[in-house]
Amino acid sequence: MNANDKDRPRDNELAGRELEERLARTWGTPRGILGALSTVDHKIVGRRYIVTAFVFLCLAGLSAVVMRAQLAVPGNTLVGPDRYNQLFTMHGTTMMFLFAVPVMEAFAVYLVPLMVGTRNIAFPRLNAFSYWVYLFGGLLLWVAFMLNIGPDVGWFAYVPLSGPEYSPGKRADIWAQMITFTEVSALAVAVEIIVTVLKQRAPGMTLDRIPLFVWAMLVTSFLIIFAMPAVMIASTMLILDRLVGTHMFNPAEGGDALLWQHLFWFFGHPEVYIIFLPATGMVSMIVATFAQREVFGYLALVLALIAVGFLSFGLWVHHMFATGLPQLGASLFTASSMMIAIPNGLQIFCWIATLWDGRPRYTTSLLFVLGFIVTFVIGGLSGVLVASVPLDTQVHDTYFVVAHFHYVLIGGAVFPLLGGVYYWFPKITGRLLSERIGKWHFWLAFVSFNVAFFPMHILGLEGMPRRVYTYQAEMGWGNLNLIVTLGSFAFFLSFVLFLCNCIYSLRRGLVAGPNPWNASSLEWATSSPPPPQNFTLIPVVRSRDPLWSSPEGLPAATGLSVDRRELIVSTVVDAEPDLREASPDPSIWPLAAAGATGIAFVASIFTPWAVVWGGIIVGILFIGWFWPKSEKEDK
Amino acid sequence: MRRRLLATGVLFVFAAASGGCRGAQSALNPHGPEARELAWLFWFFLAILAAVWFAVVAALLFALIRRRFPVREHSMTRIVGALVGATAIILLVLTGLSYRTQSQLYGQEVTAPVTIHLTGHQWWWEIEYESSNPSQTFTTANEIHVPLNRQIRLKLTSSDVIHSFWVPTVFGKMDLIPGVKNEIRFTVDKPGVLRGQCAEFCGFQHAHMSLLLIAEDPATFAKWRNSQLRSRLPPASSEGEKIFLGKPCATCHTIRGTPAGGRFGPDLTHFGSRKTIAAGTLLLTRGAIAGWIVDPQSTKPGANMPAVDLTPQETLALTDYLEGLR
Amino acid sequence: MILTASVLAVGCEREDRIFRTPPGEIPAPPRVQVTSLSPGPAPAPSEPGRKYQRNAYQLSQGKQLFRVMNCNGCHSTGGGGMGPALMNDHWIYGSSIENIFSTIRDGRPNGMPSFRNRATTEQIWQLAAYVRSVAALVPRDAAPGRDDGLWTRPAENRLPRTHPDNGGNAAAADWRD
Repeated sequence: MNANDKDRPRDNELAGRELEERLARTWGTPRGILGALSTVDHKIVGRRYIVTAFVFLCLAGLSAVVMRAQLAVPGNTLVGPDRYNQLFTMHGTTMMFLFAVPVMEAFAVYLVPLMVGTRNIAFPRLNAFSYWVYLFGGLLLWVAFMLNIGPDVGWFAYVPLSGPEYSPGKRADIWAQMITFTEVSALAVAVEIIVTVLKQRAPGMTLDRIPLFVWAMLVTSFLIIFAMPAVMIASTMLILDRLVGTHMFNPAEGGDALLWQHLFWFFGHPEVYIIFLPATGMVSMIVATFAQREVFGYLALVLALIAVGFLSFGLWVHHMFATGLPQLGASLFTASSMMIAIPNGLQIFCWIATLWDGRPRYTTSLLFVLGFIVTFVIGGLSGVLVASVPLDTQVHDTYFVVAHFHYVLIGGAVFPLLGGVYYWFPKITGRLLSERIGKWHFWLAFVSFNVAFFPMHILGLEGMPRRVYTYQAEMGWGNLNLIVTLGSFAFFLSFVLFLCNCIYSLRRGLVAGPNPWNASSLEWATSSPPPPQNFTLIPVVRSRDPLWSSPEGLPAATGLSVDRRELIVSTVVDAEPDLREASPDPSIWPLAAAGATGIAFVASIFTPWAVVWGGIIVGILFIGWFWPKSEKEDK
Repeated sequence: MRRRLLATGVLFVFAAASGGCRGAQSALNPHGPEARELAWLFWFFLAILAAVWFAVVAALLFALIRRRFPVREHSMTRIVGALVGATAIILLVLTGLSYRTQSQLYGQEVTAPVTIHLTGHQWWWEIEYESSNPSQTFTTANEIHVPLNRQIRLKLTSSDVIHSFWVPTVFGKMDLIPGVKNEIRFTVDKPGVLRGQCAEFCGFQHAHMSLLLIAEDPATFAKWRNSQLRSRLPPASSEGEKIFLGKPCATCHTIRGTPAGGRFGPDLTHFGSRKTIAAGTLLLTRGAIAGWIVDPQSTKPGANMPAVDLTPQETLALTDYLEGLR
Repeated sequence: MILTASVLAVGCEREDRIFRTPPGEIPAPPRVQVTSLSPGPAPAPSEPGRKYQRNAYQLSQGKQLFRVMNCNGCHSTGGGGMGPALMNDHWIYGSSIENIFSTIRDGRPNGMPSFRNRATTEQIWQLAAYVRSVAALVPRDAAPGRDDGLWTRPAENRLPRTHPDNGGNAAAADWRD
């Protein structure tokens, strides 16, 4: 003990309100604009991420509404081909890159530190940086769209259509560079999650006591790290071809148009599991709470997550079955695509088993999970159908596939997400969402979704291809398209209803206590919303469902400093407390670095020199960011 | 809730039954053995997968409403294990069937086929009938005629971006990729006018890049083929042809028998014998021809055909001329 | 963010895809000065000409037409052959887009054919704009990138800017006109 102890109390020397207030002061964010811009609190960054992602959901949904309005009747002239191409590109790009992945990351950023019982996420400044980079990337895309420079080559941007000869101007470059923004952001969050989960768990939370949502995010983060670089390489190659004249995708000079597809789909298939696995984590948490028993088959579910993670890297060619690849190779991908249904099916069986043995409480969250099971299984089964090479040659690039992936993405990710919002809204905001409006929301969403997307299976089988801005009346597709359009309008309205519920409940919702659902994981062990320090005393965990096995209260691990930001670093497997680690204070460097990075990326669309000059400036800002503190760390 | 789900299900079955099977572009309306194989495979898959879905939903509903069948943990483990096993077996069966169909469709030997070379362009199909005898080859656009019960061999390539040839009533789709030579082989055994459409997003007018595949008996096919071989018939009046040759038309289009030898747009030598124009966008009628020539951009905005300055008399003369190119 | 928006805003004009100019609005063939001797001042550069050479879509259509009309038969990909080079400083009949339009439409002595009846007015504007891009006389963002073919020279958006020396006769014109 050194002479500084009296000025640097630890949390075993104080108690009660004084401890809480001093910790809140230490971990809190300064008020005012500068405070807001320099915060490194994962809860604030997580909330921003969630709200931003839902704004992008809204924008992408609006573009879908316009698309469906155009397709409601044959020969419609609401929107011309150029604008329609931009719309469906914006819809797909925004949904996949700016909503689906970021919103799952957002929930992870908010919940994972709480669920593992630590004070802040690992690398908090990197976390802030990743949010700003994501925001700037999304703004780049949408501001460009408003200015008629939005990309119009599809969210998948196949070459040669997106190449320099067939896509004049800067539209495709904006798309390619936006990819880079969002991938940097995603990679950063993935790294933070992995380190948080492996090294910052509460003492006693061994690997087999980690909540399933945290497992899901851990596996997802590894998927991000291995998959994202493929699309970054692809988009960088595309910009190089367009701006600098390389021949990556130019067959005449030794390049290959199919190289793009391989690179893109090597990312693209794990991408959908990056979106889906966190949703399965949410489902596991929700089912356990509302079936009022621990989830059935914890080990099986963890193994299923890991199996899906590995297998998802072996499926990508199923997006290319129509390109004329050798049949033997393609058939291997049929086998792997079918195989991934096994761990997914295992998960579904485990959840049904949990419900079977439990006593279900039908809150809106559980309703969304039930809707998820019914809907996702349709999508998964239509996926088995398209996994077959010959069948895929009939339904690839038709509305059948559009139906399939909307069933798996909306059914498999958005419904659990909405269930998760109803579930964790009280924790994040301190108020419960209205259950009455929630039930209306669920039924409207569920029914309208099926009305909108089920007929698309039929349209695809009747020959309607994708990405068409109109179709001819004599094809006979008009009636079903009209039904689809009406369903999609109603589905959009369900989101409006959801927004109303959120706004209403923020003001008038029932105030929530720490654990309104009587759930079992650690985030419910602290107040709603949590204080800046998350937990006044770090809990010690002795079981998988700590709040259920210790209803009278959890033991605590003490010894962390009160006036400096400190958290516990524990060992990887057994979570024995190992080190006291200093956690960074609020800092404006992440915003500055993100701004400079953003400018460098945008400028690189116009000139390659931006990479050089931008790199220098960003390097200087990183030096400022990483400049070591003059204070010595406590031993 | 169960009743509501049931009602929704009935509605969907109804909707499904009301549309899918007819249609000149429907995968479930096969006109050849390969397509029939594909349709059969589809129905089989659908039956099994639908049964699985009903089973899962039934299990879920049962899980929620039953009160009388509590199951112990380790029995539940065995049940879940058995279900996973059943899933694996079903998937194996489906995979095996898929392989069987795949090898049938793609492993065909070449047997004295009619060979057609299809080149995809931004927003039309260039069609070249090949032959071992060079004087029997000819080029046309957007409409394929094939004889019944004879193997058709399609060689597929692209001149610009990726397109995809797809006539669902006869075969699955295959991409036309620049720098790559793809090939499919199929047979048609039911006559009819079948429709296909480009199935890979290729730019502004992807939606209007269709083609007709007309399956006819061998005699009719032979007659058609021979008529396509000859150059254009001399026109009833030379006015239209003079206009055609004197305006930018000849820069892009070929009409065999005239000096017009452009290769950028479709071959028009037998334009009047086709059923549609602008790659299946409009039916071939006088009004459609005239409207198309005068202002292609309002039918197909973004298409590469410009609006040529024509007086009304010139338009009429040209329309007569083109209609007469049978 | 404001910087980004302003940079992107400049792009509006560049990115329009106008498929169909109503017949009354297609820019009329311009008055062109082929000699530096004239009573009174030289004609101002025309607005439509500016529009075509700043729009990426029009430039890419011009590039496509360059191939379709077989301009590379004589001019190769800009280096010339039977015909003069298009990517150097020397312009026999003037380098402004209006002059090039006139050259293409009317033809020139010693081999340049007239395209008056071989291409529509709008197509000739697109070709003229593209020819200027071969000499790097258009905004670099709008110029086409490399084409999907054999490499013959750097793409138009990477060519070094030329300084037109209008040989003998025509008035000087800069890329900004």
